[in-house]
Amino acid sequence: MNLVEVTNLSKSYGVMKAVDDFNLTAIKGEILALVGPDGAGKTSIFRAICGLITLDSGEIKVSGFNVATEFDRIKPHLGYMPQSFSLYPDLSVEENLYFYAGLFGLNRAQFQEKKKRLYEFSGLGQFYDRRAGALSGGMKQKLALSCALIHDPQVLMLDEPTTGVDPLSRRQFWDILKDLRRGGSGIVVSTPYMDEVALSDRAIFIFGGRKLAEGTPAELAGIFRGKAYRVAVDPTFNCMEQLCRIDGLQARRFGSTVHIYTKENDALENYYPALAEIGIKPEIITPIQPELEDTFIQLMGK
Amino acid sequence: MYKIKHIAIKEVRHILRDPRSLIIAVLMPILMTLLYGYAINLDIKNIRLAVLDYDQTLESRELTGRFYNSGYFLKPLQAPDLNDPENILKSGRASAILVIKQGFSNDLTLQRQYQLGLTVDGADANTASAASSYANIIFSQFLKDHLPPGFTIPGAVISAQVLYNPDLKSSHFFVPGLIAVILMMISALLTSITIAREKETGTMEQLLTAPVTPRQIIIGKVIPYIGLALIDGVLILIFGVFHFGVPFVGSILLLLLFGFIYITAALSIGILISTLVNTQQLAMSFAQLVTVLPSVMLSGYIFEIKNMPIVLQYVTRIVPARYFLVIIRGIMLKGSGLSVLWVEATFLVLLTLILLTIATKRFQLKMG
Repeated sequence: MNLVEVTNLSKSYGVMKAVDDFNLTAIKGEILALVGPDGAGKTSIFRAICGLITLDSGEIKVSGFNVATEFDRIKPHLGYMPQSFSLYPDLSVEENLYFYAGLFGLNRAQFQEKKKRLYEFSGLGQFYDRRAGALSGGMKQKLALSCALIHDPQVLMLDEPTTGVDPLSRRQFWDILKDLRRGGSGIVVSTPYMDEVALSDRAIFIFGGRKLAEGTPAELAGIFRGKAYRVAVDPTFNCMEQLCRIDGLQARRFGSTVHIYTKENDALENYYPALAEIGIKPEIITPIQPELEDTFIQLMGK
Repeated sequence: MYKIKHIAIKEVRHILRDPRSLIIAVLMPILMTLLYGYAINLDIKNIRLAVLDYDQTLESRELTGRFYNSGYFLKPLQAPDLNDPENILKSGRASAILVIKQGFSNDLTLQRQYQLGLTVDGADANTASAASSYANIIFSQFLKDHLPPGFTIPGAVISAQVLYNPDLKSSHFFVPGLIAVILMMISALLTSITIAREKETGTMEQLLTAPVTPRQIIIGKVIPYIGLALIDGVLILIFGVFHFGVPFVGSILLLLLFGFIYITAALSIGILISTLVNTQQLAMSFAQLVTVLPSVMLSGYIFEIKNMPIVLQYVTRIVPARYFLVIIRGIMLKGSGLSVLWVEATFLVLLTLILLTIATKRFQLKMG
């Protein structure tokens, strides 16, 4: 059964289209990653699935129930971890857990048992009486995840859980997600980090509220058409502007260098004169194996 | 119920974890009572009174003595010029003149009708009305002492009796009013802040995805603040009665009942505010504006409603403090019961129901 089914979802805020005709399906035992930069529409999609916003058009079903009309029946199956840290900083770790346990109707004995399991995987047990506000970034996210898991939801919606978290904690967090998936949960996670695509089972590239591509990490890696090159040049505003004016080439700032992409069946040699004109000689251009980020950028340009 | 209790427990924890707000919530009412009780003192004393005694008899001197010994009147700074009475007020040497015409003691002995002349500087309306009230009291007491028991001289005194607050002590009026203002402020302010905080920090998002209804969230969040507001009310009451000697004649149970209804109205306003704003800062300013200001200015607390422009008089009808003020003053000072207060009580209950309905309707589950 499809745990989450989003069909033709659209949502605007004023004149801004946040989500444009978006489709998504999440299934049991799978981690689905929504990947895109800030403002791509990820949070709006999450809020729509979690019944927090009204839809302009489209339909969303979670565990077979319609979000718009049967949301009360969905709530027990849904675990949501919002993008911002959304726990009570003045309550202790255990009090936060206990509060959410109460909201989902767990009694004290059920809570005690659940708590033990959550402390086991999160390592939060030693901090049980520490105020949530005094936890490190990674620990905060683990506590938020624990709160979202308190009622054993079938569907886990995690909105950018690893943003702003140190690399080690990010790694640990993903290990936890993989354990949960083995337990049979369906997990939808959004992230701005391209490297987390490789950790997911399936990913959706999203930009400007639209789906750019969807597939397993391997499938997504194979989407890239044409060739990618690294140009060892300072990516000044001026340089980028001149590069972008060259018809048929796509250029993107990449750290302290620039990546340029040619189209399929096109050759970089065709652009040597134009590149020389703006001071880029062939010697500083090296071909590279396109990464997922290159793929994403190429798709964005289409 | 289980979930409401859960939310309420969490809310109590928030209150207890934040000692600063807790101190403000408990100390502020006491501080304000002190402030209103002492600093904003509307008691009128030490009125400069010039006495023009044309009678110059034992009785007229005794009457003069009674005025100056009453504690309300002082002798003028300079001996008044008897030939120019009007100038006494103009020069500001005195704000009231008592004229005892010749024949005063004669009339008194013959038990004839007699009118004392009191001219008051009307520039300060409060002083003016107070001065004439005091003068009446002193004169009637004087007459009582000089006439046979049960005997009165009709028309001898402008009949103005000050009831319920015979000392015209302003604390008797201020303390009940202060309870109305503080209850409104604490309830509306704190609820709007606590809900705005959940929105600001994003916890509301997670609350709304949990299987709880908006009503459960509201009730759970509001219960601790009802308790806090009641504690505050009782604190001011105790302080007012034992420190300022404000009388408490009526039924405390009746007062608690109406206090509870009034607090519910205030909380509804707080919830309404929180549906309009998204930050604690805004909630705080907004709550101050729509609760404290009307409760002080438009409730009859300081300014009498019947003296307001007609438009403002209509506005006062939606100020819950207006009704509660009449109720609490009635219960505390006069010992009134429902038979007297039913009009205000009905309005207060209606207003509360309307506010509560709008508040729960507006408190939605959606974010946009």
